[in-house]
Formats: sequence, structure tokens, C-alpha cells
Amino acid sequence: MIFQIKAKVFENIRVAQEYYKIILFCPAIAESAKPGQFVNIKVSDTIEPFLRRPFSIHQAGNQYPETKNRIEILYAAVGIGTQLLAQKKPGEFLDIIGPLGNGFNYMDSKQKATRQILVAGGMGVAPLLFFAKRYPLNGMILIGTKTKNQILCEKDFEKLGLDVKIATDDGSRGFKGRVTELLKNVLRTTQYARRTMIYACGPHPMLQEISRISKKYNIQAQISLEEHMCCGVGACLGCVIETKQGYKRVCKEGPIFNAQEIIWGKNTL
Amino acid sequence: MKPNFCVNIDKLRLKNPVIVASGTFGYAEEFKDIVDLKKLGGIVSKTITLNPRKGNPPPRTCETPAGMLNSIGLENPGVKVFLKEKLPVLKKIGVPIIVSIASESGPEEFVSLAKQLDKIACIAAIELNISCPNVSRLAGVPVSRCADKLISQDADSTYALVNAVRKVTKKTLITKLSPNITDITEIASAAQTAGSNAVSLINTIAAMSIDIEKKSFKIASGVAGLSGPAIKPIAVRMVWEVYQKIKIPIIGMGGIMNTADAIEFFLAGSSAIAIGTANFINPGINVEIIDGIKKYMIKNKIKGLKNLTGGLII
Ligand SMILES: Cc1cc2nc3c(=O)[nH]c(=O)nc-3n(C[C@H](O)[C@H](O)[C@H](O)COP(=O)(O)OP(=O)(O)OC[C@H]3O[C@@H](n4cnc5c(N)ncnc54)[C@H](O)[C@@H]3O)c2cc1C
Ligand SMILES: Cc1cc2nc3c(=O)[nH]c(=O)nc-3n(C[C@H](O)[C@H](O)[C@H](O)COP(=O)(O)O)c2cc1C
Ligand code: FES
Repeated sequence: MIFQIKAKVFENIRVAQEYYKIILFCPAIAESAKPGQFVNIKVSDTIEPFLRRPFSIHQAGNQYPETKNRIEILYAAVGIGTQLLAQKKPGEFLDIIGPLGNGFNYMDSKQKATRQILVAGGMGVAPLLFFAKRYPLNGMILIGTKTKNQILCEKDFEKLGLDVKIATDDGSRGFKGRVTELLKNVLRTTQYARRTMIYACGPHPMLQEISRISKKYNIQAQISLEEHMCCGVGACLGCVIETKQGYKRVCKEGPIFNAQEIIWGKNTL
Repeated sequence: MKPNFCVNIDKLRLKNPVIVASGTFGYAEEFKDIVDLKKLGGIVSKTITLNPRKGNPPPRTCETPAGMLNSIGLENPGVKVFLKEKLPVLKKIGVPIIVSIASESGPEEFVSLAKQLDKIACIAAIELNISCPNVSRLAGVPVSRCADKLISQDADSTYALVNAVRKVTKKTLITKLSPNITDITEIASAAQTAGSNAVSLINTIAAMSIDIEKKSFKIASGVAGLSGPAIKPIAVRMVWEVYQKIKIPIIGMGGIMNTADAIEFFLAGSSAIAIGTANFINPGINVEIIDGIKKYMIKNKIKGLKNLTGGLII
């Protein structure tokens, strides 16, 4: 079931650099949302900016008292829409549609794997924290950013008992280099190369590299993709991505795809 | 006072004058959770072709000032799957279903499609999409690389096509016109003469956006169709011009976002209106506009839609 709701803003705070967290009151969505799903938000009351903006659900649901009846979005203020979102004050309302999309498949993980590696590039931690909170995991999370100030949710993952490993491009924390290099190290040097399911969210080049790595090690990876969206509900066919079975809608058949299904082309984000 | 809210377009009976535009509402089921579909005046399906069509490569959409570009390229499952999987769902909603059709090959495909649809009772009308800017007459070739003319850019081709389809079906025929033309009234007249029961206008306006960092098109196919409020004044002008020229009803569309926009289209000469891109921004907008038009008519003591259509005072 999808809902269109005028959700009240509880809190909207800066968490680091250009990263923000907004907490919205919307019981219907909070109750039914699955990790990996997203909401499509109208960030203004006018026609500018024109389209809604899609965001992964970062935390939701009644499992924890702090998210009861609420959903949280973790976002980066990168353009006109997200900058407007950053200005929303508690008490204001936002028109949101959700929960949308398919969500991560945890059962698959239980049947085919005994361990999970979560891989987040920058904002990619957003849906992965929800996932880690919802399901019992046996594994680790690799978080990659440009520099140490951009590392998000490290403590949250630690609290859940996950082994957290950091990679920064500039080496200011943890492994110096790409998070995908760190992933290769882990697969090379630990027992993680077998019966493991990768769950990944981040920029497309990172996800493409994860597809390559997962193929090489013959392990499965579920990845969260992004594409420009309009309706968010599967009607406009505007958000397709090329897969081995033809075009699929990121908003409907996705945003979570099996890494091996994707045909990586030059036109993806 | 209870204004008369029905519109009759040939055999097509709409309980209210607000329909959803082709390609912006999928096959309706996508919106079932958030829109009270029964309240709609009518539903126009995504345009279908004889064979399944893959559509254009991504990215297919981008935002522009007060609007958006799209180049979907008429992705659809083909008429067979449409009839088997989509139509039964549409039928259950209980509002008139208008099936939009297009051709990848030539006029014969329109004729063949119309023949198939003619036999199906639950199809209330057929819309001839001879105006999609995102396909050329050569299947699969993006317009950017093939400056082929659309049927609705030529009065003789329009006449020939509508005439050919008219011969094989008694269903209500609506011809959808392109704004990418100097004089839209010539095409509207040709459609009328050939036996079209109504025209709908406008389809999207051919347009382009460039990513200055990548120095590339924002939409993979280059040229795409502009829709949304940015095109509304052009659409209103075209409805008004066509209204002066022809007798068959006009279904007006192009950037309608609210009741006031809708009323403009009626005053300019529309008998009914279609909501397109606004469905993406606020799926509930259809129902709001239906109520809004009613309120406007009551407030202005307008007895029936007939009295609103073309009510512009010059
Ligand atoms: C399923 C999904 C989940 C997402 N989850 C998150 C999240 O949890 N946190 C977060 O910060 N961001 C997330 N994004 C990306 C987010 O939607 C964009 O950053 C946002 O739309 C940018 O809007 P803007 O107006 O600030 O940027 P602008 O660049 O001004 O936007 C212009 C247009 O491009 C679109 N656009 C720009 N970047 C993206 C992008 N990466 N993906 C899709 N559309 C884009 C916008 O929606 C808008 O239509 C997600 C995207 C998708 C598709
Ligand atoms: C994403 C998208 C897909 C569309 N697909 C079709 C289509 O398949 N057939 C068609 O006749 N018109 C199609 N249109 C055009 C609309 O039906 C409508 O004519 C146009 O968008 C102008 O109205 P609007 O500004 O209210 O959207 C499409 C428009 C959009 C935005
Ligand atoms: S955004 Fe419309 S189909 Fe995905």
C-alpha cells in the first residue's frame, strides 16, 4: 500500500558538513516501510522546484521508541531541492508519497548466505542503517567517504554489533583509498568470500565496481540504484535502467537490484 | 443549483470533464492506492503499439523551469499484452477507457490496431497519437538523429490517416495533435474532415536541455518533449485558435496544475480537459480539479459545461 501524506516535520538538523537528517511524522508509512524503500517528497509548496525528490528511508517504524510513527531521511544538500529541504522547520508540513519500491531482500540472505557485508559510499549509509536495525546480521559494514568528516552513522552501526570498517580517499581515517578496494582486501584476507551477501548503496561507479567484484568472487550483491524520477510509482517509465531482462523501472522493480542483472552503460547517473 | 457536469463526445459519455492524459497515468493501477480512480471522468492509457516497444535509452527525463522533459519513446508491452493484462484492470475501475495508439511502421499499423480495438466493448474511445515527438516513423531511431516528420505535422497525412482508421471503426475517434507546427488549425481541420470525433491538444513541445559540465544532452535521445506549466500559455492559445476553426469538441491539455488552469482551457474552447504531468507532482489533483470546476460553475451560475466551453469574452 502506498500513501500520500502531509507529514509534519519533527526535527531537521545538520549532522555533518552538508549532510542533514529530517524526521517526519507519518504513522502509515513508518509502520509499513521496508529497508531499501524510499519516499518521494515535494520539497516546496510552489512549482519550483517542479518535481518531487526521492529519498531512501533511513529509519522508520515501531521497532525502536525513537522512530515510533516517524520516518527519518538522511540527505545531502547538493542542489536546489535538497537545499530547500534543509530549510524546513519543525512544525512545517511536507507532502510525501511512500513507501515506494521493492526494498532489500533479507530472506535471500538467510537462504544463500551466512554473513553479510554492507558497503556504503557517502550517503549510502542511509538505507543500510534501516536494514541493519531491522534484521539480525552477522557481518560488517564498510563505509567509504572522501574524508573523515563525512563519515555518518558509524556509532549506530557499532551499537548494532556490526564490525565497522572505514575507508577515506585522503586517508584521514581508516583505509586510504576507495571502499571497493577495502572490500577486495576483506574478501581476499578473510572467510568472507564464501556464503556472503553484499548489500550496497552509493554512487553508481562504486556499485558498478561492486558488481565486478561480486562476480569475480562469485558472491551475490544487492545494490540500491538511482535514476531521475517523476511519478515514483511506476507510471511514467521515466526512471528505467538497462538490465539483462530489458529496461526496468528503478522506482518499481527497484531501487534494489541484483548486481549481476545490471548492464552498466554510459547513461546511468 | 447543480451544474450539468456531463460531456458527450460522440458516443463517449464522461460523467465529468476531467480525464488523465496518455503516458502520465500508466495503466491507472499504479495510482490505485492514492487516487480515487472511480471519480475520474475518463482514463487515457499509455500509448500502445502493435508490437512491444523497448523505448528510448535513459536518462529519459529531466526537470526544467516550471516543467520537465521526457523522451520515453513509447515504451509499451504491445497490444496483445495490453488487452490481456492491462485492459481487464482498467475495465474494473468503471470509468470510460480511452486507448491511445501509435504506429512504428506506417498508417497500416494504426488501421490494424483500430480493427482489433473496435471489437472490444469496454473500450470507450480510441485516441490516435500522431504527435509523439519521441519516436520517428522509423522504429527505434531517436528523433535527434532522424528529422522525420510526424503525421500531425502534415495536413494531408493527418487526413489520410484519420480517414483510413475511420473506415474500420465506429468507435469514438480522438486525434491528438502536436504543437510543433506553424498552424495547428490546419491539422485540426484535416482531422475533422476525415471523421475524427474530437481532437486533443497539445502533446509535448520538442525541446532540449544540455548538461554544461558533461557537455552532453541531459536526455539520452537529445530532443525530448516539454510538458508542465511552462507550456500552458502555448496550449491555451492553440486551443483557442482551433476552437475558432472547427466544430468537433476539443480536449484541452498542457500544463494544467489546478482548477484555475483548467477553467482557462474551458474558456478558450475545451469541452473536456486532460491532466498530464501534474499527476507526478500531486496525484490527487484530478479529484481536486473536478470539485474545483464544480465550485466555479456554481459560484458563477454556469448551468452546464456547454456554457463554459468557449466562454471567453472578447
Ligand atoms: C531511490 C533513491 C533514493 C535516494 N536516497 C537518497 C538519500 O537517502 N539521501 C540523499 O541525500 N539522496 C538520495 N537520493 C538522491 C536524491 O534524490 C537527490 O540528491 C536529489 O533528488 C537532488 O535534488 P536537488 O534538487 O537537490 O538536486 P538538483 O541537481 O538540483 O536536481 C535536479 C533534478 O535531478 C534529480 N536528481 C539529481 N540527483 C539525483 C540523484 N542522485 N538521483 C535521482 N535524481 C536526482 C532531482 O530529483 C531533480 O529532478 C536518492 C535517489 C533515489 C533515486
Ligand atoms: C512522461 C510523459 C509521457 C507521455 N507519454 C505520452 C504517450 O504515450 N502518448 C501521448 O499521446 N502523450 C504522451 N505524453 C503527453 C501528455 O499526454 C500530454 O499531452 C502533455 O504532457 C501535455 O500535458 P501536461 O503538460 O499536462 O503534461 C506524455 C507526457 C509525459 C510527461
Ligand atoms: S518515476 Fe515514473 S516510472 Fe519510475
